[in-house]
Amino acid sequence: MSTFLDRVFGRVGLGGVMALVAPALAVVFAGLVTSVVLLIAGHQPVEAFTSLVEYGAQPRVLVLIVNLATTYFLSAVAVAVGFRMNLFNIGVDGQYRLAALVAAAVGGAALVPGPLNIVLVVLVAMLVGALWASIAAVLKVTRGVSEVISTIMLNAIATGLTGWLLTADRLGVLSGNAIGTPPIPGDAHMPGMALIPGTPMKINGFLVVAIIVGVAYAVLLNRTRFGFNLRATGRSEPAAVASGVNVKRMVVAAMVISGASAGLIGMPELLGSSFEYSLNFPTGLGFTGIAIALLGRNNAVGMAVGALLWGFLDSSSDALQLMDISKELVDIMKGVIVLSVIIAYELVHRYRVVAAQRKVSRELAAPAETEGAAA
Amino acid sequence: MGEAAITTAIATEPAVELKGITKRFPGVVANRDICLSVAKGHIHAVVGENGAGKSTLMKILYGMQRPDEGEIRIDGAVVNFHTPGDAIVAGIGMVHQHFMLADNFTVLENVILGSEPRKGGLAVDFAAARKKIKEISDAYGLGVEPDALVEDLGVGDRQRVEILKVLYRGARILILDEPTAVLVPHEVDELFDNLRVLVREGLTILFISHKLDEVLKVADAITVIRRGTTVASVDPHEVTARKLAELMVGSELPSPETRESTVTDVVTLEVSGLTMADTGAGPVAKGASADELRAAGVRLLLDDISFTIHKGEVLGIAGVEGNGQAELVEAIMGMRAINAGTVSLAGADITGWSTLKRREGGIGFIPEDRHRHGLLLEAPLWENRILGHQTREPNVKGIWIDRAGARKDTQRIVEEYDVRTPGIDVDAAALSGGNQQKLIVGREMSGEPALLIASHPTRGVDVGAQAAIWDHLRNARAAGLAVLLISADLDELIGLSDSLKVILRGRIVADVDPGSVTPEQLGSAMTGAGEGA
Repeated sequence: MSTFLDRVFGRVGLGGVMALVAPALAVVFAGLVTSVVLLIAGHQPVEAFTSLVEYGAQPRVLVLIVNLATTYFLSAVAVAVGFRMNLFNIGVDGQYRLAALVAAAVGGAALVPGPLNIVLVVLVAMLVGALWASIAAVLKVTRGVSEVISTIMLNAIATGLTGWLLTADRLGVLSGNAIGTPPIPGDAHMPGMALIPGTPMKINGFLVVAIIVGVAYAVLLNRTRFGFNLRATGRSEPAAVASGVNVKRMVVAAMVISGASAGLIGMPELLGSSFEYSLNFPTGLGFTGIAIALLGRNNAVGMAVGALLWGFLDSSSDALQLMDISKELVDIMKGVIVLSVIIAYELVHRYRVVAAQRKVSRELAAPAETEGAAA
Repeated sequence: MGEAAITTAIATEPAVELKGITKRFPGVVANRDICLSVAKGHIHAVVGENGAGKSTLMKILYGMQRPDEGEIRIDGAVVNFHTPGDAIVAGIGMVHQHFMLADNFTVLENVILGSEPRKGGLAVDFAAARKKIKEISDAYGLGVEPDALVEDLGVGDRQRVEILKVLYRGARILILDEPTAVLVPHEVDELFDNLRVLVREGLTILFISHKLDEVLKVADAITVIRRGTTVASVDPHEVTARKLAELMVGSELPSPETRESTVTDVVTLEVSGLTMADTGAGPVAKGASADELRAAGVRLLLDDISFTIHKGEVLGIAGVEGNGQAELVEAIMGMRAINAGTVSLAGADITGWSTLKRREGGIGFIPEDRHRHGLLLEAPLWENRILGHQTREPNVKGIWIDRAGARKDTQRIVEEYDVRTPGIDVDAAALSGGNQQKLIVGREMSGEPALLIASHPTRGVDVGAQAAIWDHLRNARAAGLAVLLISADLDELIGLSDSLKVILRGRIVADVDPGSVTPEQLGSAMTGAGEGA
């Protein structure tokens, strides 16, 4: 039987309309809880939500939302690859930061001209992410170290390592008081797309990459032998072993794929807006990815919706400050959403199991004419 | 059989009375209108097939589940149990089929665990406990030694510890759930002697079983359960095993007998010198032979095992569970590393092959625990069809899963193997055990395997599915399949096997002719009774 964790991490299916209704209800529920909080703090919930939505509907903010969601989605995919086979890659955070730093340094060195440099930077980032993640994989398959522990520790090591690498005599360059990698030359910037009218701001070109990654993730998991083995291992490791899956090899492969995807997380920022890795480079995106993977049950479309929701909440929170409401309210809302979505999924799952058993026994108990029809 | 009449208490008020008990689970009625009356001082047997509802009934009586309808009376008084704690207070004790003992504790510690006598509020009063255990053990002739370590005890002794545990808690009514399932024949006799002493001392015993000869030997009264309801109450002196079986099943019984031999002289599987060390105590030297390992004092899970299986032959392995059967299967499947020995399949040395390669090479595998090793419970049937055949037609095309092909072939298995399911998109968990097993058998028989490893192929399935699975095994054998059969069901082993070997502590200790051996003889060989110096 599936465990609670199996259900949380989407290793067991959740079919039908309920899969959509459950998270929608959870978001509504989170809205109600937030309203209560607003009332207690002496604000008008309806007003606050209206201004959130109005603010979020501006073309400028829409661009921000999509750009944030692109990054969040890549992070969620990196986490989800591991989750699907029972592998908790908590180290996505360290993987993407280290990957972005090394890739930024390589890009800043301008070893190859123009768009080729973009490709080089992305490949280096994926390689570094994969290598960093594979440390945890190798420890797990050779010494039995839990990947949860090792990836958390590797996050701390990555923090130290990036700090050490980002000094003036290594990968960093001082400019004024700030330190960062040498800027990536202008011909290697990812071009943006002016998709949303009414604003000069452009959608980050990595949106296309994120969509490709999402499709590749769905195809890999659902349509290939490798994906079948990965899901089978996640659902039941003993059954996978008995069926001939080499679980150790799968652990390494899944971790490497997860790490390579993690390498992509910093790319929209690096090649689309900052063009260097400095102390201002965003951190903590790996943990956002965990929340979104949970929200989307590791399903590509679900995670995309979750990433957009998170992007909306993050970028619209400024609207709250205009109304004198603390922007931390958004964090409360996020927390309640994750919690209530998990509970909603669990309730739906229980309902579904009972309904399926009932359906099977009812259809089998039906008179012989149905059997005759089937034969 | 005359001993069965030992009943001293005069049946006045029944010790246990169940009236109209009904229990529904989603989609099924586990118990329907159960009526049962157990006289004081009787051994009352409740018999029925696997899945007939015996266990649910006992769980209700023991307070683990609450009935939807009906009334329970203990010594004439209506009771309403919410938890097993309530049942224990009312004097009911349950001896579970699978022992619930901590191996690294002594008998004394196990018995008092959870109801420790106190001394001065804090300290455990071991002296008082030891005295009480001694008293109980002597009074009922259990012969239990309070200070023995449980891991040193045999199966029969462990069972007596379990019985003592419930007596210690003041039970007057004992429920024994399939107590003989884990015992070999002579241990069964010892158990029955113990039970007779218990009832002579005024206790009442509810004895759950589906082994009819045993029931007839020991019970004072028998109630038959079929499809969740009580269908008959019979006197053991006036009924035959055959009649009882028909009451249980409601129809003719299937038999595992195979008729003519189909054994050829073509060797399919050859295992030689297979040795596996217990690495739990630390690493062992690589490449050491069985003799060297034994000399080094290493415990061997498999000790120099050799045998061959020919095309069209069923080789049965008999043995008390935990004597190396699981390790043998895993070694042949390549799921566990061996220390010495070779395995070859149809002449090719497969010792170094991965599990996947062995499967591709023509080994089918019906695992002992279908939920753990055989199925993805929360995946649809057609995905379960792919499991174990991820690299083969019709499930895959190159690196891609061939959904259409897999679904079509799943439909074929469902029809050919009579898997009762509304469709191939339901999760495997929604099917009954017998139907799950039929799906596994159908899957493992696809792709024309040369060898089938069948580990307890009919465990926990209903009689109908059992007969169907036996038929499939017989047909495949006639078509030239070699089968390694491991089973705890001695009738199944004797009936299906062309040759039979007995495994004990990881060694093959005897070759038995299935044509002439009786279950009793086989049982005593399994405990090593026939083993010489």
